[in-house]
Amino acid sequence: MEFLQHIADSFNYWIFIILMMIGLYAMVAKNNLVKKLIGMSIFQTAIILFYVSIGYKENATIPILSHALIHEVHHEEAGHYKEAVQEAHHDEGNAAEAAHAAAEYAAEKAGKYLEHSDHAILDINPDDYVNPLVHVLMLTAIVVGVATLGVGLAITQKLYGEFGTVEESEIIEAIKFEK
Amino acid sequence: MTEQAPALILLIPFLTSILVAMIGIAYRGICWYLALISLAGSVCASFTTLIRVLDEGVIRYHMGGWAPPFGIEFRVDALNALVSIAVSVVAFITLVYSKERVETESPNKVSQYYTLFLLLITGLLGIVLTGDAFNLYVLLEVSALTSYALIAMGPKRATLAAFKYLIMGTIGASFYLLGVGYLYIKTGSLNMFDIQEQIVANDLQQSPTILVAFILITVGLWIKMAFFPLHAWLPNSYAFAPTTSSSIMGPLVTKVMIYVMVRMVLTVFGPVYTFEVLNWNEIVVWLSVIAILASSIGALAQTDLRKMLTFLIIAEVGYMVGGTWLANEAGMTGTIYHIISDAFMTLCVFLFAGIIFAKTNRRDINAVDGMFKKMPMTMIGFIVGAFSLIGIPPTAGFFSKWYLIQGGIESGNWEYVVALLISSLINAVLFFRIIEIAFFGRKPVEGHDHHHGDLHSKICEAPASQLISLWGTAAILLLIGLYNKDIAGIIQDFLLQFNLATGG
Repeated sequence: MEFLQHIADSFNYWIFIILMMIGLYAMVAKNNLVKKLIGMSIFQTAIILFYVSIGYKENATIPILSHALIHEVHHEEAGHYKEAVQEAHHDEGNAAEAAHAAAEYAAEKAGKYLEHSDHAILDINPDDYVNPLVHVLMLTAIVVGVATLGVGLAITQKLYGEFGTVEESEIIEAIKFEK
Repeated sequence: MTEQAPALILLIPFLTSILVAMIGIAYRGICWYLALISLAGSVCASFTTLIRVLDEGVIRYHMGGWAPPFGIEFRVDALNALVSIAVSVVAFITLVYSKERVETESPNKVSQYYTLFLLLITGLLGIVLTGDAFNLYVLLEVSALTSYALIAMGPKRATLAAFKYLIMGTIGASFYLLGVGYLYIKTGSLNMFDIQEQIVANDLQQSPTILVAFILITVGLWIKMAFFPLHAWLPNSYAFAPTTSSSIMGPLVTKVMIYVMVRMVLTVFGPVYTFEVLNWNEIVVWLSVIAILASSIGALAQTDLRKMLTFLIIAEVGYMVGGTWLANEAGMTGTIYHIISDAFMTLCVFLFAGIIFAKTNRRDINAVDGMFKKMPMTMIGFIVGAFSLIGIPPTAGFFSKWYLIQGGIESGNWEYVVALLISSLINAVLFFRIIEIAFFGRKPVEGHDHHHGDLHSKICEAPASQLISLWGTAAILLLIGLYNKDIAGIIQDFLLQFNLATGG
């Protein structure tokens, strides 16, 4: 039971490992080149899911501060904000806490700004928002994955033009025959 | 201008590649000149950077003015600067060599070829210069994607090899990416130097997450650098690719991956973690011994000239992985020195193989038959490269092997020393076989034939661009050998901060 509980607690890791192994198996063991590429896509998707899942927090929402007018904070204050984030980051040494400190600071700043303009003071809590950085990273990784798949398909097409097949064993036969 | 030098090193080829792609279609002849100018600029910028590093110490260049750890940082120290010089100079020489070859080998794709070529160099230089672990992954893929295309431009067998390389390369890069993910979970940072600070500050050295990250990154890089049991993609890719492609990738791609490994060991995880907390030194050195011996014996079995050279690359990778895990200053100096000298000596022999292939249109070793009479200048250039790979002074290869062997003796890894010497002997056998065929000819010459043979062996040298590049490489090999004190001095000064073990 303890083991099952362990799996349930970290099921996102288990899923990504299972998906990754499916992809790896297809890349290594399949004979058809297109199936190999499908395996490659599954493999990369597993890693993307892994990254996205580590940014998740329970009961959190997308990281858009809908009420706060952060963008209207003065440039000077934005500079302070950046420094504070850095300080927090170095002191705490932990991503979550750095984000927490940064958001608190931002909330304070936004609150001050809003006080000036006779609005209600906002309550911003970093635990309410998921970590957006990993999502941004994965946008890049998705682009890389698409490019890799594109190159792979182009090479497959070239192989098909040269050998008339996409079965790896048949291509190897043909190469041996040519020798 | 010197302020921006670290960024210019890779921005010049990057922007030129776009330019080549756009105007190269209409004016095919201009591509080579544009690429030449851009790489010359890159070489100048890397030398400027090295001089600045030696004067002022570490350069921290913030991309777009964003301060690390949020922005992407180029932190250039002596290690980056030296490797970036090696990469840009090798690229420049290969470009000089490529002038006629690209036009014959891919006649309708000249502008595409140079676009990919410049992008490959951009990717490799970016890997060398960046201080951001995720940025490194993206640049890894930039260089990998371009190399798949550059290999697939070759004849039939190259296409299948490129496909296999694509599968293996993607697995390697994905493992690296996963490893970076695990590092991010624990440290909350992607900046290499910041990761190290976080590991030390939060006492994460016993954390299993860091261990998983270390294993994933190391295995991923070993796949990318073709460390022996993971090398299967390399021989066919480099042996059947167009000669220019193999001349640029053979020397550079594996060497840049070794740089990344050294960077991960020294800067990201730290030598204390790698060598003392984990202490896998013995196992990895034994792995490298097996790699060196197996691939040297593999090289003996080859009859195809370029394929034989690819097995030598794999053996050299074994030298450097072993040299890193000797865990002492001499071994690390040898590894970094060998990155530089091996880039040039591999280039030298690959250029030679390319010239022979261009002349005779044959791949096998016997194609060099009687070449001392037909192409004496080319053979002299080749001999310097061959002597360097064997390790005969005063060429570069001797000095880097010297430090590696010294490291092996200091740490008491005699098996590594023996493997290195056996591999050098096998190199000697391989190259003297080629020199013998080239000098005396393959068949025993009889009186009648002798006269007949002489008529045919008029001097018929390679084109100037190819000869100049070969001789340039040979000259650089001798220079690296002659200035070994200075280069080793720079590397040793750089290594002081890591407190590696020193012997005696």
